[in-house]
Amino acid sequence: MSQHATTYVPKSRFAKWFESRLPLAGLVHSSFIAFPVPRNLTYFWTFGAILIFMLAAQIVTGVWLAMHYVPHANLAFDSVEAIMRDVNYGWLLRYLHANGASMFFIAVYIHIFRNLYYGSYKAPREVLYLLGIIIFILMMATAFMGYVLPWGQMSFWGATVITNLFSAVPVVGDTIVSLLWGGYSVGNPTLNRFFALHYLLPFMIAGVVVLHIWALHVVGQNNPAGIPIKSGKDAVPFTPYATVKDLFATVVFMMFFAWWVFFLPNYLGHADNYIPANPAVTPAHIVPEWYFLPFYAILRAIPDKLGGVIAMFGAIVVLALVPWLDTSRVRSANYRPLYRQFFWVFVIVCVLLGWLGAKPPEGGYVIAARICTAWYFIHFLVVLPLLGLFETPKPLPSSIAETVLGKKGGAGMPVGAAAEPSTRG
Amino acid sequence: MIATGAVGAVGVGALAWPFVASLAPDAQTVAAGAPVEVDLAPISPGQIVKVFWRGKLIFVRNRTEEEIKAAQDVNLASLPDPQPDSARVKEGHPNILVVYGNCTHLGCVPLGNEGPFHGWFCPCHGSVFDTSGRVRGGPAPINLPVPPYTFVSDTKIRIGEESNAAPKAAHA
Amino acid sequence: MNTRHALLAAALAVGTLAGAATVQAAEGTPNPPRQSWTFAGVFGTFDRAQLQRGFKVYREVCQACHQLKIPFRTLAQNGGPQFSVAQVTALAAEYKVQDGPNDAGEMFERPGRPADFIPPPFPNENAAAAANGGKAPPPLQVIAKARGFERGFPWFIVDVIPFLQYQEHGPDYIHALLTGYEEPPAGFTVPPGGHYNKYFPGHVIAMPNPLSDGQVEYPKGPDGRSPVPETVEQYSKDLAAFLMWTAEPALEQRKRMGFMVIIFLAVFSYLMYYVKKKVWAQVGGEAEGAPGTAPLGPTG
Repeated sequence: MSQHATTYVPKSRFAKWFESRLPLAGLVHSSFIAFPVPRNLTYFWTFGAILIFMLAAQIVTGVWLAMHYVPHANLAFDSVEAIMRDVNYGWLLRYLHANGASMFFIAVYIHIFRNLYYGSYKAPREVLYLLGIIIFILMMATAFMGYVLPWGQMSFWGATVITNLFSAVPVVGDTIVSLLWGGYSVGNPTLNRFFALHYLLPFMIAGVVVLHIWALHVVGQNNPAGIPIKSGKDAVPFTPYATVKDLFATVVFMMFFAWWVFFLPNYLGHADNYIPANPAVTPAHIVPEWYFLPFYAILRAIPDKLGGVIAMFGAIVVLALVPWLDTSRVRSANYRPLYRQFFWVFVIVCVLLGWLGAKPPEGGYVIAARICTAWYFIHFLVVLPLLGLFETPKPLPSSIAETVLGKKGGAGMPVGAAAEPSTRG
Repeated sequence: MIATGAVGAVGVGALAWPFVASLAPDAQTVAAGAPVEVDLAPISPGQIVKVFWRGKLIFVRNRTEEEIKAAQDVNLASLPDPQPDSARVKEGHPNILVVYGNCTHLGCVPLGNEGPFHGWFCPCHGSVFDTSGRVRGGPAPINLPVPPYTFVSDTKIRIGEESNAAPKAAHA
Repeated sequence: MNTRHALLAAALAVGTLAGAATVQAAEGTPNPPRQSWTFAGVFGTFDRAQLQRGFKVYREVCQACHQLKIPFRTLAQNGGPQFSVAQVTALAAEYKVQDGPNDAGEMFERPGRPADFIPPPFPNENAAAAANGGKAPPPLQVIAKARGFERGFPWFIVDVIPFLQYQEHGPDYIHALLTGYEEPPAGFTVPPGGHYNKYFPGHVIAMPNPLSDGQVEYPKGPDGRSPVPETVEQYSKDLAAFLMWTAEPALEQRKRMGFMVIIFLAVFSYLMYYVKKKVWAQVGGEAEGAPGTAPLGPTG
């Protein structure tokens, strides 16, 4: 790691003393100040910063809500109502947190699709990519358990449906489910442990995020051209260029976020969750939060219980295998005319799956969900491996600088300071 | 070396066990899962009553003659989970059907007297059950299970306790 | 359509009616007509007089069966009906509230205080169910957020657009339900204990028509007449508005603050944009176009 501290020179005596014992300032300097950023990054690359902001926002609002929330089956619903009515700005904290989860997922889905479009998962960024998948899985677990906490009808029945997924596991399924529940059905012990885990998991996410950023700063950022940084002209230092752009994008995203929180705070939730949990009555139509709908559609598309569960988890597993399924040597879809079309078909299929996940499981919806599910897997397991073999990519530009500035060029980083980080080990 | 490693592994396992076991239902939850008695007298033919045992919903259905006949006149080979109706009720009480009230797919509560077989219909994912609680369509893998229960008298059952094979002989 | 009716009828028979909260776009159930509400939109605020009338309707009609789990004091708070503190104190004192145990270890009743919750009409849910044909009437404090209906594609996208947004599904549904009692169409059998309602999903509701014209006397204006008509239509609207306030007491504060937050962020992002532009000008500007398109010159 110490090689990264290339340009940081401690000035004061204390700084020198501290840096020789823990080179923290040097690490920050090399990661967030002098770090070479490809100069052609678009706003799609600002979602990493937006996601860090969302994680921080969720942790802060969540910790504050936990000071008022009571994780007990008899009290949880009323404690949430008390937060909404009696706690000063409690409604603001809760709406920020509830809508923040959706914003988090909007940002993460854009982040993931950007990655798929520009081939960011390809060598040498596989570990970076896998860490991202782990974060995504932890996020889903956290969001699911958080949705259970208000103990409304959707909370209760969502928890019942999702925990029952594990009963599909042969032999030990029922034991696993009973360990999840802490009883013979979803009940107070379940709520209590979900609260504990909901509080814990975000900090684990933060830990993996640190690894994710670390990996990023070892291999460097991909960029819309998908070609490495070759000279100082291709890159700009992280600060101020990326910093100011990320900040600007984050503020714009906050405006979007605020629109939901202040003017549509319940739009993304479900009306049934304002009815206290009742184990004797199922809502007419159990739907998960919108960000789970594509996976829910895949679950329901398979008429067999174990098969549906396998398909749903398989949808995430196959995502983790993408770096090895894609055989193309070209990263960016901008230079892959066929892949670009398949990518957009895939996006449409994912959106359709999301829509179908919210529809009742009957008639044409089921058939459409099956077709989309099949395509979801075909895209990864058939299209990606074959495309690389048959597609003729467009010629790549000779440098990043050329794509941005033309042949004339402009000021960049000092030559040498901005060599591709991977070459520096 | 191997012995040391093995002892260490035993230690780790022994340490992990209390953590895993603490997640299982606690003593009070287990105790609260004792059998419950249900009086059948107020349940009129065609009616379904919901009771709870171990926090789980149970349907007690007093079936009409038609419903019993529909449940018995079935080609067992055509069922996803073949089980004769006689194996799902107690001898001498063909009208009383006792089944768990959560869909075997993902645990929703099916609606009674609904669906093509007028048994139950699950509104969540479309599973269909007949008047014997057997799955007839949709994603549910197995029939609604019959909980352990026994007839204490002709008008009273105790859920959570299995009777002997021949109900007449039991509790003589 | 027939199975849907039979389904609801069956549900009624086993006492699970009204368990389904979201009004499905069931075939034959029309979507509630959209009403104009003072609290809708970006600058929405409640109409105090309407909330006060709505509370009167609740108190004289709904309260017989439905709990409203809010403290009396909130009826005086800002952004609500804003009764005076004296009015609320007097109102609370009209109710008997259970308290205790006293020194002798017994529970006792005393007059209500503003900090007390409005007492429920039944001691518990089972009593409420037993007195109402097997189904407990739902509490009303968040009912305006716990009921809704789906407008389907493309409306669910249109409904989020600034200044076109439509978030008043709950109050519209309450208003529609209360005005939706009518004679069942020919050939429609309403099971015993049920009532036909045009807007209830499946049309069979356990609650009998609660309102009739002239049932609740509204406060008189200076001319000795009520400023609004004393009709079912008006009662329903006033009650729906009142229930929206009980469900979302911070609505006015939220919308006011939201407007300021968004203006602030708009100004801030405008400034940030120029800072960013200036910074990037030092390296010849940046290209926002997708690479692969014609390279941009250093325009700054």
